[in-house]
Amino acid sequence: MFGSGSGSEQQIAREDASGLVKWLRSNRRAITSTLFLFVMLIGFTAANPEVFTQFKTYRSVMIALPVSMFLVVPLVFVVTAGEIDLSFPSVVGLASYAFASIVDHGGDPLIGIAVALIVGAALGYLNAILVVRIGLSALVATLGMNFFLRGLINIIVEGFSIAIPEIRDTFIHGLLTDDPIKIVDHLGIPNQMLWALAFTALGVFLYNRHSFGVRVHCVGDNPESAAEMGIDVSRTRTLVFVFTGIGAALAGIFSVMINFVWWPTTGDGLLLPVLAGIFVGGTPAWGGIGTVFGGMIGTSIVAFIETGVIAAGLTGFFTQFFYGLIIILSLIFQRFNGGRVR
Amino acid sequence: MQTEQKTKTSDYIIELRAVTKSFGNVNAVDGISFGVRPGEVVGLIGDNGAGKSTLIKILSGVHQPDSGQIIVRGEAVRGWNAAKSREAGIETVYQDRALAPQQTITRNIFMGREIKNRFGVIKVKQQYAEANRLMRDIGFTSKVFDPDSPVATLSGGERQGVAIARALYFDADLIVLDEPTTALSLVETAKVFGFIENVRARGRSIIFIGHNIYHVYDVADRFVVLDRGQVVMTEVKGAISTPEVLIKHMQEIAELGHATDASGT
Repeated sequence: MFGSGSGSEQQIAREDASGLVKWLRSNRRAITSTLFLFVMLIGFTAANPEVFTQFKTYRSVMIALPVSMFLVVPLVFVVTAGEIDLSFPSVVGLASYAFASIVDHGGDPLIGIAVALIVGAALGYLNAILVVRIGLSALVATLGMNFFLRGLINIIVEGFSIAIPEIRDTFIHGLLTDDPIKIVDHLGIPNQMLWALAFTALGVFLYNRHSFGVRVHCVGDNPESAAEMGIDVSRTRTLVFVFTGIGAALAGIFSVMINFVWWPTTGDGLLLPVLAGIFVGGTPAWGGIGTVFGGMIGTSIVAFIETGVIAAGLTGFFTQFFYGLIIILSLIFQRFNGGRVR
Repeated sequence: MQTEQKTKTSDYIIELRAVTKSFGNVNAVDGISFGVRPGEVVGLIGDNGAGKSTLIKILSGVHQPDSGQIIVRGEAVRGWNAAKSREAGIETVYQDRALAPQQTITRNIFMGREIKNRFGVIKVKQQYAEANRLMRDIGFTSKVFDPDSPVATLSGGERQGVAIARALYFDADLIVLDEPTTALSLVETAKVFGFIENVRARGRSIIFIGHNIYHVYDVADRFVVLDRGQVVMTEVKGAISTPEVLIKHMQEIAELGHATDASGT
């Protein structure tokens, strides 16, 4: 028939594409970032074997890393959908403010968590109204929201932070986050890391196997086609912003739980490392494809840079230099996985 | 041609009777009557502005006719819309093919209508198997790609095949192909013709819209020529010996508004 390919050479090519080869090919972006993480860690180990052969080095990174993971997972959905959300640092701040102030006023931490999640989802929905409904540029609108919400925090608290040491003795604190002071004495992975891994696994599943994730891919790839095929493009875009708001609320809750303190600046320092983590992990900026697992690896790469630079015997002045160097190197490696196809 | 029109109306999958549609002062479709039989490939031709696109959008339910009747399998339909068109087994393959190139063939076939359980979890294996079957049905025998290959690795004609496979999966009795060979090479065009042959072999009908008379001539069983919103000629292939004859008719229509011989309506 006409529909056939032209000849036997193509048949030979197909025989080579075994299950393993297909798996490697379809996951090449995540594999690239994972290899990059290992190579980087090997480099750090060579520079300072004493520090990087001890488990407690990794454990100390795993105390704060989960906060970034709760952000990077939904942000991979946002970028895949062809959008961006730069408001997440302030959403972290505002949602965790709700949590901290409820606990500070003697409220049940569970109620604090519920309210924080609602605040996060509502702020995500507000972003969606600006971007999807009103049609503002996601880059500019969410950047504006980041300043606006941080300003709101400053107006509300006038520079004061909230300390909630009482959270330490609660069941929910033990369940979500082991006391970081205590765990240094025990061999083990901090509880927050386990929750962040579970959240990442859920994200991977949603991204690849659930109709929500698949529609996010289609919308980011070609919104016109997605609409012609009956996908509700606005609804899909709205959901990724709401998902990011929820992720930001979780990040904020964990941040306060880990530190026992809410600062007016909570979340501020996350903007650039988390954004870098998305792209270093292998999700390209153009939309339609990406990797949630890679996003987790990407934030890990960023998290280990500072530890590695200090452990290698360099002063803190080198940290930013290496941030930049490693981000650029990893993006060059990702480039070998190909540019955008149309 | 006269004997054909005497066949029962219920022989048609869909029939339009004296359908009109105007946009402001423009009568885009000005009293068109025509029908499609099972297993038939109808070539719909006409110059720019002849009313092809409007007619297609009426068939696919995007536009509602201002007047006239739409008859599906012998029964007049009221409140025609896109959902009813699909219920009637009509699938439209749009000119831009409505594909997401970075996604797999499987994902494109099921875009917007995934096979999933009630929690929204996609039945990946079932989708893969269905996509595999569809690709074989449509005549994708190439070994360099499989249902997991991104659509971007396919040529233009093969992408058209994916769009057609998608229409087939949703059990279309009538597939409307809007300019399927536009911007395709000769080899690619041959591939699309291969897909069309396969669709016909499965007893489905096709409306093939095209600018290229040679392409339409090769593939269609019957030609319907539109001009200024009206059907100006309907002819079976047997009555037209070569594409050149068809082109000559088209030129006459463009100059005179009708064909010179008795085959014009």
